[in-house]
Amino acid sequence: METSILKESFVKTLNSFKQVAPIIVGVLMLVSLSIVAIPKGFYQSVFTGNKIIDPLFGAIFGSVAAGNPITSYIIGGELLKQGVSLIAVAAFLLAWVSVGLIQLPAESLMLGKRFAITRNIVSFITAIIIAVLLIATLSCL
Amino acid sequence: MINRILEKISEKWIFLIAVIALYLILFFVNFNLASQAFFQLIYLFQKIIPVFALVFAFMFFSNIFFEPKKILKFVGKGAGLKGWLISIIGGILSTGPIYMWYPLLSDLKEKGMRDCFIAAFLYNRAVKIPLLPMMIYYFGLPFTIVLSFYMILFSIINGIVVDKLVQMKLK
Repeated sequence: METSILKESFVKTLNSFKQVAPIIVGVLMLVSLSIVAIPKGFYQSVFTGNKIIDPLFGAIFGSVAAGNPITSYIIGGELLKQGVSLIAVAAFLLAWVSVGLIQLPAESLMLGKRFAITRNIVSFITAIIIAVLLIATLSCL
Repeated sequence: MINRILEKISEKWIFLIAVIALYLILFFVNFNLASQAFFQLIYLFQKIIPVFALVFAFMFFSNIFFEPKKILKFVGKGAGLKGWLISIIGGILSTGPIYMWYPLLSDLKEKGMRDCFIAAFLYNRAVKIPLLPMMIYYFGLPFTIVLSFYMILFSIINGIVVDKLVQMKLK
């Protein structure tokens, strides 16, 4: 393979990274802040056991929160232990991984504002729908 | 004056400056929280460096081997089932935080990747094979299987709906 092709590809990739570096750093800073600012116990105090409001709250908190999916499993597991309904926990887990309000500015800048907003709204609604279907399916098994 | 300066600075730099300003304010208002966030940031940076390297490698090789025309064949307007399969499997196999994949997706979008496939890719990032044992541990096997099935299924529905809505707004 020609060295010029490799060099050209390297420079092109490096330039792409230079373009997105400020956004990535900004998002990482926001994610770090949200991780330390929102205590794990906070989520447990929000869910009251209401079958209609809990999944909605679950999806809202999952959308605002950010971090590794493992963290959402740990919080979700703790919520279940505290007596929070499975439907709320499912909506929380789904929104955590599919909706990202903190990442929204980065997603808008790189993939387009219209696409990012539409995708996040659709993913939010989908999180609640899947949570309902999941519980309905599990109750049939 | 401020407007002129803002015009010269692109949106991405304004975003970063705003976040840095938020940290600076927080350092004065709540030093403890700000320093915790700062250490968390260093920790996150250490964690994402390997993912950064992986994404860089993907982009580097895609720039060498995939011409825009070839990419369009797989995930462009004419792509059908193959496009969905690539998006779903790619989303499941991709690792690291979601925002690490924006540069690659942005690059592919410029080359002609359809919105529905980008949406499906991002949705399938919810299905993480290495994390499945952990999910089984916390929520059980039936929960994990049914949830994974619905997430893959709804990634297609999600992709189609997002694509239609984005196109509709554009018209």
